[in-house]
Amino acid sequence: MIRKAVYFDNNATTRVAPEVRDAMLPFLDELYANPSSIHRFGGQLAACVEEARERMAALLGAEQPSEILFTSCGTESDSSALLSAASTCPKRRKIVTTTVEHPAILNRVRDLARHGYRITEIPVDGKGRLDMDFARSAIDEDTLIVSVMWANNETGNIYPVEQLSEMAHSVGALFHTDAVQAVGKVPFRLSEMPGIDMLSLSGHKFHAPKGVGALYIRRGVRFHPFVLGGHQEGGRRAGTENVASIVGMGKAAELALASIEVENTRVRALRDKLEQTVLKTIPCVRVNGDPEHRLPNTTNISFEYIEGESILMLLDLDNICASSGSACTTGSLEPSHVLRAMGVPYTAAHGAIRFSFSRYNTEEEVDFTLSKLPGIMEKLRAISPYWSSRNK
Amino acid sequence: MWNYNEKVMDHFLNPRNVGEIADADAVAEVGNMSCGDALKLYLKLDEAGKICDVKFQTFGCASAIASSSALTELVKGMTLEEASKVTNRDIVAVLGDLPEEKMHCSVMGMEALQAAIADYRKKKGLPGGEGLRNDDHEGRIVCKCFGVTDVQIRNVARINHLKTAAQITEYTKAGGACGHCLDKIQEILDDLNRETAGEGESPKDEFSSLTPVRKILRIQDVIDKEIRPRLEHDGGSIELIDLEGSVVKVRLKGVCATCPNATLTLRKLVQAKLNEYLSPDLTVEEA
Repeated sequence: MIRKAVYFDNNATTRVAPEVRDAMLPFLDELYANPSSIHRFGGQLAACVEEARERMAALLGAEQPSEILFTSCGTESDSSALLSAASTCPKRRKIVTTTVEHPAILNRVRDLARHGYRITEIPVDGKGRLDMDFARSAIDEDTLIVSVMWANNETGNIYPVEQLSEMAHSVGALFHTDAVQAVGKVPFRLSEMPGIDMLSLSGHKFHAPKGVGALYIRRGVRFHPFVLGGHQEGGRRAGTENVASIVGMGKAAELALASIEVENTRVRALRDKLEQTVLKTIPCVRVNGDPEHRLPNTTNISFEYIEGESILMLLDLDNICASSGSACTTGSLEPSHVLRAMGVPYTAAHGAIRFSFSRYNTEEEVDFTLSKLPGIMEKLRAISPYWSSRNK
Repeated sequence: MWNYNEKVMDHFLNPRNVGEIADADAVAEVGNMSCGDALKLYLKLDEAGKICDVKFQTFGCASAIASSSALTELVKGMTLEEASKVTNRDIVAVLGDLPEEKMHCSVMGMEALQAAIADYRKKKGLPGGEGLRNDDHEGRIVCKCFGVTDVQIRNVARINHLKTAAQITEYTKAGGACGHCLDKIQEILDDLNRETAGEGESPKDEFSSLTPVRKILRIQDVIDKEIRPRLEHDGGSIELIDLEGSVVKVRLKGVCATCPNATLTLRKLVQAKLNEYLSPDLTVEEA
């Protein structure tokens, strides 16, 4: 049995909160009825699903619970949003998104491109900030939908979605945002952001289990279902409800709402301590992203002249979990598309490590990691030909 | 998560022969920063012409570091003649095994060694100093993203008996970024396979004299090695159903099953390959 992990990979997934697990257990036990059934047993579960919907609406600051559609994951929510837009506004043929979106968006729009849609990807600068002038000229009368992530999974950058949604609405286009990384980490008041037509989220990024997500669809926005079949979710998403996970996500939403303050104070302080100490104590490091507009839990640090997988392997020996923008970690051969879009030099892109925090992290864990990092970098840099030639 | 074995982890965590040799007899550097791995190799020879010291520096993942370390252990004490016969398979053998996707790390080791030997021969004015690469690539670039040439692809395919473009990507990275060269790589492999098939005795003449069971085995073999990998590359597949006289019955699967060009595939690819490898009399029909 390995020692308890020091887990700084919360943008990949998070632990299920104990309160969430406890809330779910009855639904894996005696509360097994189908919420669509006519008997009171089923009706009782339907009420639990609706309670979860209310909690989701509260977390998002949505006007009504009926604006929440439960799905199986963030990716399904993203595909549902884009395909619904395409089928409800058939005359418009252009989709505007960004170069730094999650593959859930990029691969969906690239598939739509094969069906005749024109795709425009808004580029970013060296800090990963969107080129807003480009966006303004790209969003035109032919634009069907603008889809821009709320926050980037690799750098934590937060994008000006409200401003972009206004641009979309000014030409009659829809606006969707993939907020998978943002929900639970920053406050949402969707009732006050009338430009956001649709928003994707995923439960397991904020301490609910994997396999459940949601799509927010603003009241009045036309929607065509992605998963067809039964009448569940008001006919908008067929398939028997994943009641236990939906209830779990509802509980997680309630907890997230109560701890938004913690995310932005204690979690932020832990992230900042790690980042600042690394910058001070290890030579040739750089932070990727836009520190001014960034999630409180994410830092992406490049350790120059060494390669990310090696770093992760050595961290792993100390049971420290992080992730990398390096090519080698995924079996793909190119470094992260996000860092490449930002023009991060190869010297830094291959050695980029993402540390992503949650409210379950402790200062001890940060200190432990800080005690290990310098040795790891020294060891790998001693092997690197670029490090030695740099010193000549 | 990669499942590296203990030997790979040992060479990664305790790499042998790291460093530089100030008065090295040969130095070579292959790979580069943009590709995500690079290896600089230094050789020192004794009076008898044996490698008496070897050092390396590597930028790369755990398997790249382990492959480099294994390479240095392998070649120490060898003459250059012996070292020139070392392949990536020998490096993998020292390590026990590497994940398929990481085979390019062992190939980088082999290429660095070959480049260092070429560097030595060049410095000494010996023949063989030109042919091997040390950044001046021999051959023509096939993969622009990773700068891999047809000569490298053929070389690695021959040594490791590779049949598909996907394998070439695992062993050389070629085709692993934009993917535009994958068809080109497959063509190179097909040419190579034709050449090497010609090296053995030609099975064509005797095919008609085989028993039906042995004929089917032969056909199955050609389908497995020559035909299916091509179709799988495009998302399809093929199954041998039966043999009636000289009519081979097959079933196309995956995207091939619904492809409007299915008859063309049957004639141009499946039948052509069977004619080429087994017998000109064979015809193909969809079962």
